Amino acid sequence: MKRFNEGSHMKSHGIIDNLKSLVPTVKPSSLFGWSVFWALVLLPALVWAQDAATQAMSVEYRDIPGLGSRNVVWVVAQQHLLLAGFVLGVPIFAWVCEIVGWKTKEARYDKLAKEFTKLLTSAYATTALFGGILLFLLIGLYPKLMAYLSDIFFPSFIVYCLLFLLETVTLYLYWYGWDAMQGNKKTFHLFLGFLLNVFALGIMIVPNAWATFQASPVVVAEGTAIERAWAATWNPTWWPVNIHRLIANVVLGGFICGAYAGIRYLLAASQEEREHYDWMGYVGNFIGVFGMLPLPFAGYWLMREIYQYNQQMGITLMGGFLAWLFILQAMLIGVLFLGANYYFWMGITYRIPGSERSYRRPILAMLVVLMVCLGVWMTPHSLVASLEEARKMGGTHHPLLGVFGVMSAKMTVANLMILVTFMSFIMYWRAGKQETAGWAKIAKSVMGALLVIAGIAVIVLGVWGYFVPAIIRINYFSVAQVLIVLFVMVTFTPLTAILMKSAKTTTEMVWGQMPIRAGYSLVSNAVMVILLMSLMGYARSSSRVHWHIYGVMRDTSDYAYSPALGYAAAFMSLNTFVFCLLVAFIFWVATMGDKGKKTPDQEQPEPAKIPAGVTPAMAGGAPREQD
Amino acid sequence: MKGPLAKTAILLVGMYVFLKFVLPLVTAPLPASLIFLYLALTLASAMIFYTMSGGSLDEFMGPVGRFLTGSGQAGVAGTARILVFVVFPLLVGWQTYTRLAPSDMPPAENRTIHPAPPGEFVGLANPYPTTPENVMMGKGLYAAFCSPCHGANFDGKGPAAVGFNPPPANFSDPGTIAQLQESYLFWRIKKGGVGLPVEAMPWKSAMPRWEVELPDEWIWKIIMGEYDGAGQSPRTWEEEE
Repeated sequence: MKRFNEGSHMKSHGIIDNLKSLVPTVKPSSLFGWSVFWALVLLPALVWAQDAATQAMSVEYRDIPGLGSRNVVWVVAQQHLLLAGFVLGVPIFAWVCEIVGWKTKEARYDKLAKEFTKLLTSAYATTALFGGILLFLLIGLYPKLMAYLSDIFFPSFIVYCLLFLLETVTLYLYWYGWDAMQGNKKTFHLFLGFLLNVFALGIMIVPNAWATFQASPVVVAEGTAIERAWAATWNPTWWPVNIHRLIANVVLGGFICGAYAGIRYLLAASQEEREHYDWMGYVGNFIGVFGMLPLPFAGYWLMREIYQYNQQMGITLMGGFLAWLFILQAMLIGVLFLGANYYFWMGITYRIPGSERSYRRPILAMLVVLMVCLGVWMTPHSLVASLEEARKMGGTHHPLLGVFGVMSAKMTVANLMILVTFMSFIMYWRAGKQETAGWAKIAKSVMGALLVIAGIAVIVLGVWGYFVPAIIRINYFSVAQVLIVLFVMVTFTPLTAILMKSAKTTTEMVWGQMPIRAGYSLVSNAVMVILLMSLMGYARSSSRVHWHIYGVMRDTSDYAYSPALGYAAAFMSLNTFVFCLLVAFIFWVATMGDKGKKTPDQEQPEPAKIPAGVTPAMAGGAPREQD
Repeated sequence: MKGPLAKTAILLVGMYVFLKFVLPLVTAPLPASLIFLYLALTLASAMIFYTMSGGSLDEFMGPVGRFLTGSGQAGVAGTARILVFVVFPLLVGWQTYTRLAPSDMPPAENRTIHPAPPGEFVGLANPYPTTPENVMMGKGLYAAFCSPCHGANFDGKGPAAVGFNPPPANFSDPGTIAQLQESYLFWRIKKGGVGLPVEAMPWKSAMPRWEVELPDEWIWKIIMGEYDGAGQSPRTWEEEE
């Protein structure tokens, strides 16, 4: 019935022939019989394959021995998020810088925008790489969760891929076409920058829908795949997270560019480089501060939505076991505010010779206000106290300082810190200039009065907030505080701009004179914002506690518990450290090209250009004033 | 005493004296953790201010540098320098010893006062209308079951309060029930101290598990009476008409 070729023949033939030799010689008349034979032979194999497939489908989790799947995903996801934040934040201000350069016809802005974009192109591939690693890890380690999310969000996966393609093409055109699209093609280049930001926004908000759905899922109605994806996308925390992340990305991008400039400033070998990177550091710090001012408002809105979505989640975050993270958050934000202001104040002292004495008192006043506010913000509601101390206090709430522990106090001081930081910037703007407009005196008096009234109003609303129902405080008082601060900003900025337009410069701003600690403060600001994002990323993710999708899909893995805060803090530090290493590597790679482009006669630094009395920053000596 | 460094030292000592000895004259003493926090902020302020310019930085750090290097430190100053070098490590050692030495004092705790409620209590609304009768009944029940500990004035100072640590909650404090929804109070009253999650240290709360003694209706009415009596409103997402 069947006949295989003899085994001896196999030895003398190649592989193909060997395979052929396995195929029986078939007579058409016995085709049916052969079919039955093969069916019988292969049937167990089919069953085994089916078993294997069923087994594969039933795998809910896989683990990475020794490291732990959750730890690995934690690190990779955080790296991807931080890189993505940088990659999506930088195009916003790079594009704005380019517009400023185009409108003012100042080449330095165009050069700065190009330098920002250079950092972006280097970071882009790494971001995508970490995104790919994260995706593979999630599919491999959390197959059940990913199957569920894929079922709901598949149409948006396609949209995401398309957006990624468009973003990549636009970025290539934007970067590589920079020099070619000058002159009358500049407007097209600006349009490319606009498109780049539109696609970047899309790339951010689409995955935000997946992550926010996990935290605040909505009932996904029956319907087509697109309808279901759309319904799941519009979950309660989607837009609050979108806005919060958009602003935070600008802050992250600004401070990282500032840190880059700070390091380049410390390494600068010529006065020209020192001037350029001093200025770039200033712009980076300004962008970071500019984003930081509205960020607490966006964060407040997000927390409000979380509370409203689910009381349990809100309390877990703000009053439960994660509440201590918000004390750390206060500390990090405080250091960030102080660092940014410190840099502004040093800028006044060092870049505007002779101004130190006249600005000493206002700087001291601002510093005192900032520190008092930070003290209030960092005071926990429940204090860390020994048994004896708690007995003396009558519990872990201090009878007098316990009032600093609730939102009314925190909102008040956050608004005051924003107000002070804004005034710090205004002071820097006006330093070394003399207003010439006839109405300048009145304008300055009005601004001074407005500032005092705004400060008092914020404090009064904050105190009053203790005596009204929570909903009145949340819906009206807190919103009014924010609006008051925003009103000051939108009034003072144009007014100062008009005043400065006609002002005469009394002391020319001198770039490249900042001391080394200015460079370090820029680096410190970047580290703080990275730590802050790692901290709050953990808080947002942890607030789901033992749920993959809150209230819908329970985490049944071995890791369905919240890690201790100390353990989590160690991971936040690790993430910050790894990200700093990554960024340093990316920037090093990005600047390698510059070195390569230098002609032999440019290779030697020009130490002779450094003014007398100024020692190279990295040599250990702070540049001293020229007096 | 002149110069930034001396001013900073005076500021720190002044702040410490104020926080440790003056403030307790008008209110309860501050825990060491809070004093440390405020002193750290004070020191940070001084460092920021005095390092703003090259001149003030030199004035601030100059004495420190001279002290460490010993330049110009002769006579009494030199002896004082050596004394500090001997005493300072001893102080650090003493501090380390006192921190690590076995003690009968319990360690400092960071008990979570308002932990997240279990899912089954989330979103519950008081099923009874806030009528004068219901509020009155709630206050009566409060007087009978709650006031011995939480006080007739809703201030946590009932006659039995002194026997408890942690003390019963003070409802007139805007940081307690005013921050919470009614469903949260329902959970706390119904399940009591033993129903708290681990982070809230259930073994530390003496709150009885009232579900074994009181029907749900009474608990809801007690909540009404508590808010009314303490002059607070529950946290809601809807404004009252």
